[in-house]
Amino acid sequence: MLELADVTKLYNQGRPNEVAAVRGVTLDIEAGKVTVLTGPSGSGKTTLLTLIGCLARPTTGRVRLNGEILSGLPEKFLADVRRRTFGFAFQRFNLIAGLSALDNVMLPAYPLGPPHRRLTARAMEMLANLGVDHRAATAVENLSGGEMQRVAIARALVNDPAIVIADEPTANLDGALVGQFLDIVATLKARGKTVLMTSHDGRISGAPVVDRVVAVADGRIAEAAA
Amino acid sequence: MGAWATRQRYLIDFAALSLWRHGARSLGLWLIYVLVVFVVASVILYGAAIRREANAVLDAAPDVVAQAMRMGRHEMSTGADIEKLRGLRGADRLEGRLWGYLYDTSAAANFTLQVPSGFDPRFRLERGEAIIGEGVARLRKVEAGKMLFLISPARRFLKLKVKQVLPLGSALVSSDLVLVGEADFRAFFDLPAGQYTDIAMRVRNPAEVGKIAEKSLLALPGHRMVTRADMRRTYEAIFSWREGVLVALLSGALLAFAILAFDKAAGLSAGERREIGILKAIGWDTGDVIGMKLWEGAVVSVGAFLAGTVAAYAHVFLFSAPLIEPVIKGWSTLFPRVTLTPTVDALQVATLGFFTVVPYLAAILVPIWRTASADPDRVMR
Amino acid sequence: MTAPAPFRASTPVFRIAGGLVAAAIAALVHVAIAPGEAARLEGERALVEALDLTDLALFTEARYGRHRSQADLHSAFQDGPMLAEHFPAGSMVPPARGFPPAGFADGEGE
Ligand SMILES: Nc1ncnc2c1ncn2[C@@H]1O[C@H](COP(=O)(O)OP(=O)(O)OP(=O)(O)O)[C@@H](O)[C@H]1O
Ligand SMILES: [Mg+2]
Repeated sequence: MLELADVTKLYNQGRPNEVAAVRGVTLDIEAGKVTVLTGPSGSGKTTLLTLIGCLARPTTGRVRLNGEILSGLPEKFLADVRRRTFGFAFQRFNLIAGLSALDNVMLPAYPLGPPHRRLTARAMEMLANLGVDHRAATAVENLSGGEMQRVAIARALVNDPAIVIADEPTANLDGALVGQFLDIVATLKARGKTVLMTSHDGRISGAPVVDRVVAVADGRIAEAAA
Repeated sequence: MGAWATRQRYLIDFAALSLWRHGARSLGLWLIYVLVVFVVASVILYGAAIRREANAVLDAAPDVVAQAMRMGRHEMSTGADIEKLRGLRGADRLEGRLWGYLYDTSAAANFTLQVPSGFDPRFRLERGEAIIGEGVARLRKVEAGKMLFLISPARRFLKLKVKQVLPLGSALVSSDLVLVGEADFRAFFDLPAGQYTDIAMRVRNPAEVGKIAEKSLLALPGHRMVTRADMRRTYEAIFSWREGVLVALLSGALLAFAILAFDKAAGLSAGERREIGILKAIGWDTGDVIGMKLWEGAVVSVGAFLAGTVAAYAHVFLFSAPLIEPVIKGWSTLFPRVTLTPTVDALQVATLGFFTVVPYLAAILVPIWRTASADPDRVMR
Repeated sequence: MTAPAPFRASTPVFRIAGGLVAAAIAALVHVAIAPGEAARLEGERALVEALDLTDLALFTEARYGRHRSQADLHSAFQDGPMLAEHFPAGSMVPPARGFPPAGFADGEGE
């Protein structure tokens, strides 16, 4: 369903500090499957995710979603695709400081305009699934690292997206919480969602729910394991 | 609620939260905003009200006043002059007015001594009787039934029994008046019989005022004719000028505030840019972000407009405009306590609203547009 | 049985906005009814009519200020007839258009 065709990404193109973060990646991500990208730090995993999630455009190459070429679409359409299709949990969380955990989780649904009561209940449910509902009213900058991480994951799920993208979702979580997270991934998979993650974490890449592990090195696909 | 309304409500939710987050800073700026609107709205409301009052009052003034001139100076008119005008067709009520000034040393104020016209029996005064304005009563601490003593520059004394104090509600035209009988007036100022300060004329048909003024000029070539339109124009010009002075005084402060507000509204901090990137990354589109920021701007600017204007209304019409009155109305020892009829000039207030709200929103719009239409990855870092 | 509605940040905003709009409407209503004003203004006009008054008693500090519309035109050191202000020397504002009363000619204008 998601195809990358010979995608490259240069940051600061043409300037002395130019970085080639992704160099010619061709990758096919299957619908309804759980895919994990692994690889050393700085190998370009996060960059790949931002390209897939339409947060940035590739320098060359194409990104296709269900056969439709996304990379050339104007920003107006991309915003629509992001909203309808993707839920993004960032490596650096990117929560909005000053707002409560609950408000942060509710934010992605604002432009869709669901009834407020229903949205609140839904966001609380997401927080409860990850065991942080007792911090719902706390401003996010006062949360612990693991709590922030879980709020970020809850926010990615609140719109019930078809494709969930999670960048290092377990970097700040302990063993029990990782188990809880994998349960959520399993539920998503059972409901036919596509999950795409990056991880250094052996507990993730080795989990039975994972269908495919893709190794990334130096901006290229190194190997594709089953 | 419709889908559109539900969505807008969410955007307002976020706008409110973001104002709340910057609490003290937004509040401080907002209060200054309110203050600026308040001062400007006070000037506008007060100016409109006093003009309206002046216009309404001058509606009842004489149509034409004929004033004798001699060597370019104001001279007394004579009974013969009045007789010359009596022949004019259309001149209705014709009368020699007697009025003059007296510098009252004990109050250190100028009074206007005047003989009431004989047309209204309520103002008929016997020798030794007076009707005085509110300001005179206040400065000389007298009331109806008490005695008032005046001394002329030629050391003539006038002992007057105050028959009535004119109501406070008419202070705008009568505050400094001392109405006395003709005999007292002539004796006090040593004015021979048959001399008048000027001649007031009322015209039956308002359309003929210009024509009658012209004919009067032919009949009395040494006179100058002041029509009611001239009187109106005089006050219109005075108030415009005084308002202009106030606006000129304020303009520096207004400009400084405009720079401050626009800098705040237009310059996006790194934090704000990042926030916009995040919102876009989690599914907001450019329109949502702009809508949210416009709501934020609207809450600030419309709120400031309403709060400032309502406060100005209360200031001007409930508390008699203590802050700006001295500039518009002027200053003197004998300062009339003027009450003004509440009026709101819709066009002026709408203009003020426009200039409070629209530039602020425009200043917000441009930088937001640029940030919000970029790729989220770009602005998020 | 429904739970109490959760707090929304827009609620206080709407409350304040509602309060301000209500205050603005109250001001407009106050304009419309203006207690006692019609009678006061009528009394003031009646006084002007009865006494043949021509000017506002605002500027009593100088001879040419009190009866501004009657001030004599050509006295030495008085402000010119074309000036909009009542101060001896003008500033900032040019003479009013069409101000010269009938019979006065300054060589310009109609
Ligand atoms: N906006 C940017 N501007 C310049 N260089 C960038 C930018 N974003 C990423 N890079 C560089 O691109 C390379 C790939 O970065 P990326 O974040 O994709 O790595 P990663 O595989 O996610 O690493 P990690 O495992 O540490 O999260 C890095 O060398 C990084 O420094
Ligand atoms: Mg990364």
